[in-house]
Amino acid sequence: MDDQKPVPESSGGIAKAIAENPVAGFVYKTFVIAEFEIRKLRHDFTELITRALQPALWLLIFGQVFAKSGMMHTGNVPYMDFLVPGILAQSVLFVAIFYGINVIWERDLGIVQKFLVSPTPRSALVLGKGFSAGIRTLSQAIVVYLLALLLGVKLDWGPLALFNVLAIVILAATLFSTFSLVVACIVKTRERFMGVGQVLTMPLFFASSAIYPTDIMPKWLQILSHLNPLTYVVDALRASMLAGGTSVFGLGTDYAVLLATTVVLVLVGAVMYPRLAT
Amino acid sequence: MRLHPNPAKADTGPEGAPASDAGFLSETVLDIRALTRRFGSFTAVDSLTLSVASGEVFGLLGTNGAGKTTTIKMLVTLLPPTSGDASVAGFSITTQAVGVRRSIGYVPQAVSVDGSLTGFENLLIFAKLYDLPGPQQKPRILEALEFMGLSQEANRLVGQYSGGMVRRLEIALSTLHRPRVLFLDEPTVGLDPIARDTVWKHLVDLGKEYGTTLFLTTHYLEEAESHCGRIAIMHQGKIAATGTCAELENSLGGHHSLTEVFVHYAGSVADSGGNFRDVGVEREGEMRHG
Repeated sequence: MDDQKPVPESSGGIAKAIAENPVAGFVYKTFVIAEFEIRKLRHDFTELITRALQPALWLLIFGQVFAKSGMMHTGNVPYMDFLVPGILAQSVLFVAIFYGINVIWERDLGIVQKFLVSPTPRSALVLGKGFSAGIRTLSQAIVVYLLALLLGVKLDWGPLALFNVLAIVILAATLFSTFSLVVACIVKTRERFMGVGQVLTMPLFFASSAIYPTDIMPKWLQILSHLNPLTYVVDALRASMLAGGTSVFGLGTDYAVLLATTVVLVLVGAVMYPRLAT
Repeated sequence: MRLHPNPAKADTGPEGAPASDAGFLSETVLDIRALTRRFGSFTAVDSLTLSVASGEVFGLLGTNGAGKTTTIKMLVTLLPPTSGDASVAGFSITTQAVGVRRSIGYVPQAVSVDGSLTGFENLLIFAKLYDLPGPQQKPRILEALEFMGLSQEANRLVGQYSGGMVRRLEIALSTLHRPRVLFLDEPTVGLDPIARDTVWKHLVDLGKEYGTTLFLTTHYLEEAESHCGRIAIMHQGKIAATGTCAELENSLGGHHSLTEVFVHYAGSVADSGGNFRDVGVEREGEMRHG
């Protein structure tokens, strides 16, 4: 009988606990939003396959040419080994930076509105979206590892190293997709977003240590690259992916920079996201 | 001119409702007080005051740009009001937004389910977002699908649904958590007459079965006439008239059709509003079944 009445709040063990504990609720809702995105992928994963092409092109064409030319001085690390973590970071960036277009698409439909009228913390909506971008980019990591094996790059297969790669890739994708979401909330239309996306990607990519060491950069670009989160992604990946890889900044610093940037972006996103529906 | 009818009309209440619900019927579930929204110098909603009783089917009518959608967006907490307030199921939209969100369902005008998931999956995500306990999720989803006549389509991708089916799925999705009030923005726009009838049949059943209060906007006067217990005609952000259809038809002296009453209060029919995006959304709606 009780079921027949309109009960605004469901009464029950887990749900009640989640509703009452903001932290548990936040984590749970973040995973629900991520689940939403991952279920979409399950129905149509052609996207994952087409995206795998890009790192292959960079490593097999760009990488081969530059490695052969001997133009890049990467110390005692062969250029191909130097490049592999950089290309993983780059493909994570390229997948994540256009993620905001989905949000604009969902706004043009009424899906953003549906999420916003549900009792879901705004920050969980934003982080959940970002986190799902992280899951998407794992396929890129697998492709890059396969290519690296093919190219004879010496990889570190230790469990800790693999865990670090996994964590950094997810963190990086969350960071850049949340940045993308913030941009989407500002520009609001697909056309403007495509323009802005292109303008943002290239500077982030070139002002990082992804395809060349920072010490061959002019001073001003070196400074810029130190402000670029992608540099820390590349640094952490170089330290973790390669056998005997070393970090310039220290893995702790890399994690700290990436985590702090992500937290700030999620908080900004949580404020901006509701504006999409107005 | 404003009319003051008795909000709890017998014909809008669920017939054969349990005795314990008798007091519940006359309770005010939506109380809008001087609600105002400005965009720059333009006043979209101008000091709107209105109340709706539990179990009513209330229709908000008006031309494009009259402020109907802006009103609904404020009531469902998507848009903060410039001034004024409203209480929805006892929660203030300005200070208790989460309480409001838990008590309402909202079906926006544009498509609000994801075409690349199945109907079941769409509902599952929202069952979780509304904190339905795990063991309750599946039975509640199946019940909602059955109630909307979608049991057969549960595991099909929504992208393959017809326009009417998408609308019914959206209503199922918005009522999973048994909201006190269901807000619908143009629920039948772009549907063929048969699909419109089916959607309305399910909406009316929802009111009867669960006592859900319906607050909706519509362009279709004949739908308002046959299904809404009370209506309000909005014009330039203000309520021009409220009452039952019969009351409004007699309000101009002698009997007039609802269309004549509408034109009287909402200005010339040629007077049109709305912006490019509204038209886009609406046309897209019309393509639903195409």
